[in-house]
Amino acid sequence: MKDVLATTGLILNEPLLWEKGKPGRRGFSLPVRDVEVSPLEDRLASRGPDFPDLSEVDVVRHFTRLSTWNFGVDTGIYPLGSCTMKYNPKINDKQASLPGFAGAHPLLPGELSQGLLRLMFELERFLAEITGMDAVTLQPAAGAQGELTGMLLIHAYHKSRGSKRSRILVPDTAHGTNPASAALCGYRPIPVSSNEHGILSVESVSNAMDEDTAGIMITNPNTLGLFEENLKAIVDLVHAKGGLVYGDGANMNAVLGMMDVGCTGLDVLHLNLHKTFSTPHGGGGPGAGPVCVKKHLEPFLPVPRIVEQKGKYRFSGNFPQTIGKLHAFYGNVGVMIRAYSYIRTMGTANLKKASQLAVLNANYIKERLKATFHLPYDRPCMHECVFTDRNQAGFKVTTLDIAKRLMDYGFHPPTIYFPLVVNGAIMIEPTETESRDDLDRLIDALQAIADEARTDPALLHRAPTKCKRRRLDEVTAARKHIPAG
Amino acid sequence: MRYLPHTDEEIDSMLRVVGAKSLDDLFSAVPPSCRRTRDMNLPEPLSEWDLNRLMEGLSRTVAAPPEYKIYTGAGSYEHYIPQVVHYLLSRSEFVTSYTPYQPEMSQGTLQAIYEYQTLSARLLGMEVSNASMYDGASALAEALLMAIRITRKRRVAVSCLIHPHFRKVVQTYLAPTEYEIVELPYLPDGRTDLSSLQNLGDLAAVAVQSPNFFGVIEDLKETADRAHDQGALFITTFTEPLAYGILKSPGTLGADIASGEGQSLGIAQSFGGPGLGIFATRMSHVRSMPGRLVGKTVDVEGRQGFVLTLATREQHIRREKATSNICTNNSLCAVAATMYMACLGASGIRELAQLNHDKAEYLKKRLTNGGCTTFFESPTFNEFVVELPPGIEKTYERLLENKIVAGLSLETYYPELKNHYLLCVTETKSKEDMDRLVKELLS
Repeated sequence: MKDVLATTGLILNEPLLWEKGKPGRRGFSLPVRDVEVSPLEDRLASRGPDFPDLSEVDVVRHFTRLSTWNFGVDTGIYPLGSCTMKYNPKINDKQASLPGFAGAHPLLPGELSQGLLRLMFELERFLAEITGMDAVTLQPAAGAQGELTGMLLIHAYHKSRGSKRSRILVPDTAHGTNPASAALCGYRPIPVSSNEHGILSVESVSNAMDEDTAGIMITNPNTLGLFEENLKAIVDLVHAKGGLVYGDGANMNAVLGMMDVGCTGLDVLHLNLHKTFSTPHGGGGPGAGPVCVKKHLEPFLPVPRIVEQKGKYRFSGNFPQTIGKLHAFYGNVGVMIRAYSYIRTMGTANLKKASQLAVLNANYIKERLKATFHLPYDRPCMHECVFTDRNQAGFKVTTLDIAKRLMDYGFHPPTIYFPLVVNGAIMIEPTETESRDDLDRLIDALQAIADEARTDPALLHRAPTKCKRRRLDEVTAARKHIPAG
Repeated sequence: MRYLPHTDEEIDSMLRVVGAKSLDDLFSAVPPSCRRTRDMNLPEPLSEWDLNRLMEGLSRTVAAPPEYKIYTGAGSYEHYIPQVVHYLLSRSEFVTSYTPYQPEMSQGTLQAIYEYQTLSARLLGMEVSNASMYDGASALAEALLMAIRITRKRRVAVSCLIHPHFRKVVQTYLAPTEYEIVELPYLPDGRTDLSSLQNLGDLAAVAVQSPNFFGVIEDLKETADRAHDQGALFITTFTEPLAYGILKSPGTLGADIASGEGQSLGIAQSFGGPGLGIFATRMSHVRSMPGRLVGKTVDVEGRQGFVLTLATREQHIRREKATSNICTNNSLCAVAATMYMACLGASGIRELAQLNHDKAEYLKKRLTNGGCTTFFESPTFNEFVVELPPGIEKTYERLLENKIVAGLSLETYYPELKNHYLLCVTETKSKEDMDRLVKELLS
């Protein structure tokens, strides 16, 4: 293969913040004091927190050095399955920082915030159009909060019909957040197994579905990267027993412009703006998890909702059946602005093309690597593909070793050991923003690692050797927990 | 399209490898019942230049400082954010990475979050802080659920002087599980009335906000004692953490959980989000705590490093038995807060907090000298309630035309408080600004 991407460059050490600095240094420019001091009563006052005093240069070098120990999408391919680590367009960050957006107070009178209300109103309409659903709330602050919102909507729907149901069906391929969100609503999650093709069968759902079951949570495409081909029949079956169908849209990046979620009969669907709509993941948030619903769930959506009248927008809380609020204000507006910019930049054709290329990239990787790594479900995949470490097990090499060795080649590893239905899963989601050249490099690296597993497995066991740190002791970290310095 | 790198030639060659005839052909697994029958109807794509024009146009219709002088706080505070924070926070290694599942490649985020956990715990006087949550409101809801898990009791007492929106979120989170929420009324001095506590029973938690929604500093020590007498956990929430630059911290006054909103600490207001849910507790409760957590450890060579830890609490391992469904933190906002706290330092945060307090006191004094009644006598930080003369609505409208937002009318939230306004003053307002506000309000 060509030169390996990873090298060991000049990576500097940097102590913890409070190991730096000197009392009396300052990194902050205080405005001139133009009022007199008005001391607090002694019984209320303290000496303040024990923070280090640092100069501006101290702060700049500290965080600059820290940043160089991180790997991001801008550094290279980040094929973390189920996370959709696509390129984050820089122009969208600029929009979110415009003074009128970044400086907006959430409780401004409506006439002073028309631009933001319009943007949010239009974003709701775009997401409804993209999914084929009827109404949207932008309020949930993350995918998991979107799931919770979906569960609350389903709960409120049943309650409004005088029905109290206690179970919810969750396939074994679901994200861990699905059962946790259902449990927060007091539902008992009932696992449903996927079949030998990696998807749900009508029979298994039929066996589990009854009139005490509030509904089913379906991730589609599922976490094996496979389309739930029996979706329509499953939806009809659940509806026939009075249940509702929740769609986990975390993997929506596979089907933009291809799938009509609305016409499959799904009742509620959450999206992840930080996945499908390219907003940055920020090292683990902030994201946004809007929820799209059909007409019959609209009355239950969180408040306030944005209403439009003759080109004027305003918030309205006047929805008596609402489930309430999920966020102190309206959700992560800064994230919405980026997603809105993305949709306005892409338009209909490019969004569809993005999904097509995401699926092309995943299938390309699957075809190129399936002779090297065991592929548990050898069928056309959507936006991601799942391998395992079975072919390498004979050399005492595991998925973890392969992932760590990939760092020495200059790539972020895929998602590992998920989904749980596959032993030693290696879940690769390349996204559409990686070119064939970049995919080929990743494929070459994975093939080289498979060769090393055979010829010199110690290389994998020792990996990584080129990162800021070698393998870290997670067991001790959990046993003797040190959460603060 | 500049974000899509594939040439037509590459697409053709890749399709050949895959064994598909066309891009559409890749979707053979999507049955007709799930297919779109017509294209999405979205606006035509915009060039970068046109997008800028559109967005600048929208942004200009929103009132924002410094053009507008906004005296509304109520959960979102205008503070000066040093350029250093903007600059460092735009480093793409922080912005374009994800949850640090692979610690060897994510030591930057991990150390920064460890520093965040340490500084936020120190600010609140608590032993352990998690890696952050979505916002103050959901953090409070999670705190109440945590107290219910720990005490196995079913009732929580929540002060009516907690931000009304926070209380709405709490209701939403707790509604389906039928835990009981009892609202504690307020006293004439603007603090929470604790007199009903002793008769409640089966109490998992008592929650108050300090400074509360009226800006008043609550007696946390007293509340802690009363809560503990009932065998309940004491939860404090807050919307203005800068106050703890000069106030005694919740931890030193007996809080079991301190959870609130951290937007004040270097995060743009952005119409209310993203913000920062700060969540801290005692070490003895750490295994019941929701949210991500970073811990210190060593690598195989014995060098200091950081990892996500205590994952056995979390949904990806515990699924329905997890402490919460939360899967991420608000990492980038937590890093912003860390940078901000690093810039301030111990001396800076004291000075800045004192300045906020003093400016608010100045405005309060000017208004009372002018004949207005401050509704409560109790000490406040950088917000306070004032009763303005009848007919204030007209003055308020006139001030808006002059680009002054004269605080928030409390009548919407507390119908008995007609003509009462919640005013906030931070370091961004000069004496001259305030003098002008007083003149306009009292003229």
